Amino acid sequence: MTGTSAPAPSFPHRHLLGIEGLTAAQITQVLDLADGYVEHSRQPERKSDLLRGRTVVNLFFENSTRTRTSFELAGKRLGADVINMEVQASSVKKGETLIDTALTLNAMHLDALVVRHAESGAVKLLSDKVNCAVLNAGDGHHEHPTQALLDALAIRRRLGRLEGLVVAICGDILHSRVARSNIHLLNAMGAHVRVVAPPTLLPRAIDRLGVEVHHTMKTGLKDADIIMMLRLQTERMSGQFVPSIREYFYFYGLDYDKLKVAKPGALIMHPGPMNRGVEIDSEVADDHKRSMVLDQVELGVAVRMAVLDLLTRPARAASAAL
Amino acid sequence: MIAAPLTPPGRTAYINARLLDPATGLDQPGALLTEGAKIADFGPRLFADGVPSDAKVVDLAGKALAPGLVDMRVLITEPGGEQNETVKSAARAAAAGGVTTVVCLPNTDPVIDDVAGIEFINRKARDVKQVKIYAYGAATRGTEGREITEMGLLANAGAVGFTDGSKAIANAGVMRRVLNYAKVFGRPVIQHPEEPALASGVMNAGERATRLGLGGIPREAEIIMIERDLRLVEMTGGHYHIAHVTTSESVDIIRRAKARGLPITCDTAPHYFALTETDVGDYRTFAKVSPPLRDEMDRRAIVAGLADGTIDVIASDHTPRDQDQKRVPFAQAAFGVIGLETLLPLTLELAHKKAVSLLDALACVTCRPADILALPAGRLAVGAAADLVVIDVDVPWTVDEDAFLSKSKNSPFGNRPVQGRAVRTIVDGRTVWTRQEG
Repeated sequence: MTGTSAPAPSFPHRHLLGIEGLTAAQITQVLDLADGYVEHSRQPERKSDLLRGRTVVNLFFENSTRTRTSFELAGKRLGADVINMEVQASSVKKGETLIDTALTLNAMHLDALVVRHAESGAVKLLSDKVNCAVLNAGDGHHEHPTQALLDALAIRRRLGRLEGLVVAICGDILHSRVARSNIHLLNAMGAHVRVVAPPTLLPRAIDRLGVEVHHTMKTGLKDADIIMMLRLQTERMSGQFVPSIREYFYFYGLDYDKLKVAKPGALIMHPGPMNRGVEIDSEVADDHKRSMVLDQVELGVAVRMAVLDLLTRPARAASAAL
Repeated sequence: MIAAPLTPPGRTAYINARLLDPATGLDQPGALLTEGAKIADFGPRLFADGVPSDAKVVDLAGKALAPGLVDMRVLITEPGGEQNETVKSAARAAAAGGVTTVVCLPNTDPVIDDVAGIEFINRKARDVKQVKIYAYGAATRGTEGREITEMGLLANAGAVGFTDGSKAIANAGVMRRVLNYAKVFGRPVIQHPEEPALASGVMNAGERATRLGLGGIPREAEIIMIERDLRLVEMTGGHYHIAHVTTSESVDIIRRAKARGLPITCDTAPHYFALTETDVGDYRTFAKVSPPLRDEMDRRAIVAGLADGTIDVIASDHTPRDQDQKRVPFAQAAFGVIGLETLLPLTLELAHKKAVSLLDALACVTCRPADILALPAGRLAVGAAADLVVIDVDVPWTVDEDAFLSKSKNSPFGNRPVQGRAVRTIVDGRTVWTRQEG
């Protein structure tokens, strides 16, 4: 892969702010491209010069070593100059607004901006103010599109398809951007999506997003092909949303006993980092035949390479034409 | 648009007018004479024998002449938030919107919870000399919901009612005392109906909030608070006014309670009958209001409530917010929209769509709020204050928030095509504002 390779069919979105609004064909386009980057990343020489001379900024308003590292590797493997900015509200403390930050960065002529923010919609707000491509690396409880894409890639590589699979997303749906992105993606690709959680961890009208709602693991996991476990934030524990870790694990923690009702060989996913003994039993988490956690981490880099490639194509085509 | 110079308060004859008085059901061509600050006479055959020679003549060319609007829910952020709105800028915006009487909420900094606060507003309003401005007193000290204010002294100073404004009086015991005590002074208690323990989100709880990943405020937060308060009204007999009703169930509950004869009244705001939660779109902070915009079923119920009189009043719920409070992520943005300059066209929209008759729609912004607050306003009557608005009822135009006189521009109605607007506003017989065409 080099900067001179002919760009493939264009991707009709300037930014990647969410999965909602993407068609099955567009999702497939990203996954197909990512497949190529998986093989590329497994070669001893992993670096390409596709984005040589391009600047990618990882703007993280919220801690996330895993996602940030994954985006950083993706950018670097494509040959881009990658800069990490961890804002941690320091600019905000100085009175700088999100829009000021966007305008400042925009003046520095970036090619792509990868943004994580604790507020839903913050990435959209930022994307309205900059000229470069914006990639949502997670905004509040809204979306985390590259996570859903990497999850889809992991499933597709293991089972060869997404259509017709029964996928159970379990745990803290209410606060999960990963769940929302996965619901949109899996529905678009023709999977049957279930959500499994106590009612206190489900948002209102979740059924209108095209999912089956279950409150027990026994019914929710029945004949499932894929089980996606979500991280439970420990601050949700003390009697607010669930009464205790002990009770949550008893009813909603994934262990071999609850897995019995799923399809034999059902695969287990987790966006990480895992709370062992809270939402997932250690034995299950470490079962390499069933757990896809490490696949997810590996494929995350490839998916992010694919998205960076797609979203920077218009700018690269424009400069190639000069 | 400019603020017109004050005309001397002599005799002015408004001829060729379509006289509209919602209080009496009058809708006829005619004329009106003001003398000084008062209405001297009006009627279909007035000036049949000629206009008095000493009167200044204003030919309205068939435009409507109605009582000036009474807006019973306006936040003026002075003192403490002068960057958003001042008494002066609010008065100019009100005049431009055809509003001649403004009642402001006590949620200033400091809160209007003592006589000095009421006197501050009174003095500012006198200095501005444009529209009439009244104030509510806070129902509890600091609007903190714990101790009741000196309601008697506040009433004597001019407080027209008691409310914690944009904050609900959440404690049932406190609400009971407020209703009981306010009754002595003949003032209503205005409640922001939202159970705070349920209202921790930022938009209506539903599919849209779920998709956007935003915390939802369930409709039950409003319904539960109204149902609780109605029990307290039955206990105390105090006059209870429910601000900005937004759900279909609330309308049903209020309809039934009124049929039982409870001393209650209520209002809604234009955004609750003109917009829905889908107007939040992709995180439009200008559509972030408290209570939140609801769904289409609720919007229709609000229109039905206005049509059958269950909802008494339309108030603008004018809440000015500067850019720093709105150009931020949705969850961090301040609640509220401005409304003084769109109150009239959006109210007229109900009539243009034939959802509510023209006179009934105008009653919601004139005589009814005046009656609830016992204000000398909102009707055409000989000897009454000459607070009037000339309305071009049918003129089409497009809302342009940049042209607003309000200091803040946080309107969700920008670029909305509407019909009808104020072209002249008269307070105490003086023209305080005229629209310059072109």
